[in-house]
Amino acid sequence: MGFDSFGTVSFTTEAKTEEFLDYLEQGKVMTTRCRKCGATYFPPKMDCPGCIDSEVEWVEIKNDGKLVTYTVVHYGPSGFEDEAPYTLAIGDYGDGLRIFGRMNKEIAEEDIKPGMAIKIVPVKLPDDKIAYEFQKA
Amino acid sequence: MEDVAIVGVGQSVFSRKCGVSIRELCFDAYKEAMEGLDITNKDIDASITCSAPEYDKQRTPSGLISEYLELTPKPAFYVESVCSSSTTGLRVAWSLIKSGLHKVVAVIGFQKMSELTSREAAERMGRGADIMWESPFGITMPSGYALFARAHMAEYGTTEEQLAKIRIKNAGYGAKNPKATYRKELTMEDIMTSAIIATPLKLYDACANADGSSCILIAAADVARNITETPVWIAGMGAATDTMTMSGRKSLTGLMCAQDAARQAYEMAGLGPQDIDVAEVHDCFTISELLAYEDLGFARPGEGVRLIEEKQTYADGSIPVNVDGGLLSKGHPIGATGGSQVRTIFRQLRGEAEEAQVKDAEIGLVHNIGGVGQYGNVVILRR
Repeated sequence: MGFDSFGTVSFTTEAKTEEFLDYLEQGKVMTTRCRKCGATYFPPKMDCPGCIDSEVEWVEIKNDGKLVTYTVVHYGPSGFEDEAPYTLAIGDYGDGLRIFGRMNKEIAEEDIKPGMAIKIVPVKLPDDKIAYEFQKA
Repeated sequence: MEDVAIVGVGQSVFSRKCGVSIRELCFDAYKEAMEGLDITNKDIDASITCSAPEYDKQRTPSGLISEYLELTPKPAFYVESVCSSSTTGLRVAWSLIKSGLHKVVAVIGFQKMSELTSREAAERMGRGADIMWESPFGITMPSGYALFARAHMAEYGTTEEQLAKIRIKNAGYGAKNPKATYRKELTMEDIMTSAIIATPLKLYDACANADGSSCILIAAADVARNITETPVWIAGMGAATDTMTMSGRKSLTGLMCAQDAARQAYEMAGLGPQDIDVAEVHDCFTISELLAYEDLGFARPGEGVRLIEEKQTYADGSIPVNVDGGLLSKGHPIGATGGSQVRTIFRQLRGEAEEAQVKDAEIGLVHNIGGVGQYGNVVILRR
């Protein structure tokens, strides 16, 4: 799977992290950890600049996130016009690990509160695209 | 004693649609910067052109601008850090002079955004984020700052009305600025009922895309006083970079790049926030100005709202901020913005700021941010 199938509009065709999308297909949201120093990254990266090494392993995101902040976007850029309004959010997964993505569209804005428990779930999008989204835990 | 000075500044009128080419747009700023100075184009040793790419079709614009202003065969090159490009240009110019390579350097910032539709421009700005991991979700500049606004509200109880008060202030000063895109006062109702862009930010919480140019002329101390009787000295500078990804930010209630840059600039100048007489901060959104109050140390974290509630950031307050109308009124021609901020402080310190003059301003500060807090530049100037 090429990286161009990630999200509503992808701007990247190839990446060493393409495996991330294969895991999404399997229903898992994964990220990478350096085998040497243990640093866990999000977004995933196949290289660890701290160790100047590329020995990384995939680990699953534990589903115990907390919403840090969010915004409901009413004016989408080119390519996203038809999707607005949509909700962007940042989830905190502890130890400095934070994830950016969308909230499930069915959650009304008045039900969204920073600090609330969220889970992260792979989602299929139209045109064979794939992504993940946050849902209420 | 500082040894690098600003000797001239200029900017074009900022507008929604300038109706001229980028070279002609740049000439307007250059002309104002050169006015009354005892030099010609032959005395400029190098030029640095600053803009964000992909708004107009010209590639490598530095060569074009250099030719049009007849600055060839002197070295010309391009510097970019999106919305903070021209203060990054200023930083490079300072080091070229400090190193002894050059005596006089021109920093020219420009942006012509009217060649794109509003949605196309939003798409360009959205690709100013991490295009692999964050742009595919539909992130935009307003939504990035909206994430900070919501986090600030959740942490400190900041309200939309308090943010609107920043726009009311800046609109009032913008109404008096002949070079601003918007020269109209706004009421609380105007702002609170304007269209939602990205909650909690509304149309009037945001600056507008604009066309415009700016020019800063910088000189070594030994020539500066021959060029103008009243140079303005660069007392301190700081620059820092935060993560491209929003997920990488350690704080969502302040811009760490601005905090780092401010710390460096204060240290270099041997000054603190209490010494600043007038400031220009990067108010691309109302929340951005509020974050700047706190990031620059004018207020403690969470207490920035008191400055606007008590009108301390008005021209007659304890720390006047954006008394030229800010980006919110002037408009934000990306590559030109930092130069326009420097121009305002330069004029303030020389007592040339007319209606918006802050009494006895001796020390001024410029805070210019690239992207959603990716690049931070802080510059302290002294007369």
